[in-house]
Amino acid sequence: MEKKTAFAKAGEKAPLIWGLGFGILFGFLLHKGGVTKYDVIVGQLLLIDHTVLKVMLSAIVTGMLGIYLMKTLGWVKLSPKSGSLGINVIGGLIFGVGFGVLGYCPGTIAGAIGNGYLDALVGGLPGIWIGAGLFAAIYHKVRDGILKKGHFGDITFPGLFKVNDWVVVIPTATIIVLILVWMERSGL
Amino acid sequence: MEIFNELRWSPYAVGIGIGMLSWLTFLISGKPLASSTSFARTSGMIEKLFRGDKVHDKLYYQKTKPRVDWQWMLVLGIAIGAFISALLSGDFKGQWIPSLWESAFGASHLLRLATALLGGVFLGFGARWGSGCTSGHGISGTLQLAVSSWISAVCFFIGGIFAAWLLYHVIA
Repeated sequence: MEKKTAFAKAGEKAPLIWGLGFGILFGFLLHKGGVTKYDVIVGQLLLIDHTVLKVMLSAIVTGMLGIYLMKTLGWVKLSPKSGSLGINVIGGLIFGVGFGVLGYCPGTIAGAIGNGYLDALVGGLPGIWIGAGLFAAIYHKVRDGILKKGHFGDITFPGLFKVNDWVVVIPTATIIVLILVWMERSGL
Repeated sequence: MEIFNELRWSPYAVGIGIGMLSWLTFLISGKPLASSTSFARTSGMIEKLFRGDKVHDKLYYQKTKPRVDWQWMLVLGIAIGAFISALLSGDFKGQWIPSLWESAFGASHLLRLATALLGGVFLGFGARWGSGCTSGHGISGTLQLAVSSWISAVCFFIGGIFAAWLLYHVIA
């Protein structure tokens, strides 16, 4: 616990520098994974290259086991996002269409720009700014209407099922690992 | 270190690395890996250049202040980290047209840029509507087993697979 306090304090003192440092590691990994490339991302969406899924599922399993262990130890607090069907289904589908048409997402487009890809810098980046600006312009109109439809809040699956965290974590991790093993065995 | 000069690492090694990185961001900064809010903040900062303090009248920018924060630095870092990795592996190159795109739609700069811009508009709008992107919901939210993030992540892929199918199997 003392260690955690020291860490947290260091983090509070220089939050921006920590953000930059973590970002550099994240970007380095994204490039090494090949996911700063349009061909790899769209290859996934065309179901011919499963790199994106392999990276994401391995990150989810690893992250989940560590984060829930640290939560159990009282070292970290979760920050699940509040949601609703109006937010997550509609927003997710609009985002998904953009993901397929642009061929990058907000994190990987930053990596694509670092990789030198000019369609990301000159086309996609200003597009994202415009899209975010458009949403800011209409936010007051949708906030209390469609965004509240099917509201369920910031729950997690263990909270939803009212069970101990590990009752969900262990089976989820097992299923994801089995999916990855199956993908590898069948040459996907 | 030879390994840093390699163009690609195993996707599993990269995924495990990203998962471990998320431990550190939670432990040290108390924050998940996420990206898309930063683009909204930048959009607000750009709007502020033209409209001044009037930008703060917008409800959205009262909630999401147009300024540089931890996550904004994270996104800047992503570009720098990818640049370093690309340089080390001899993969940094100015490229206008991805090869997969060119194989289906030709080498027109204008067509690719216009499509990327349009896709970006949907992506930016959808990320704000859905309050997260492939990193915030797709990795950080799902690993916390957040219900909102699993729904979002599934919808990202439904929308994305549909758009890619439409572009490559219907339009092309």
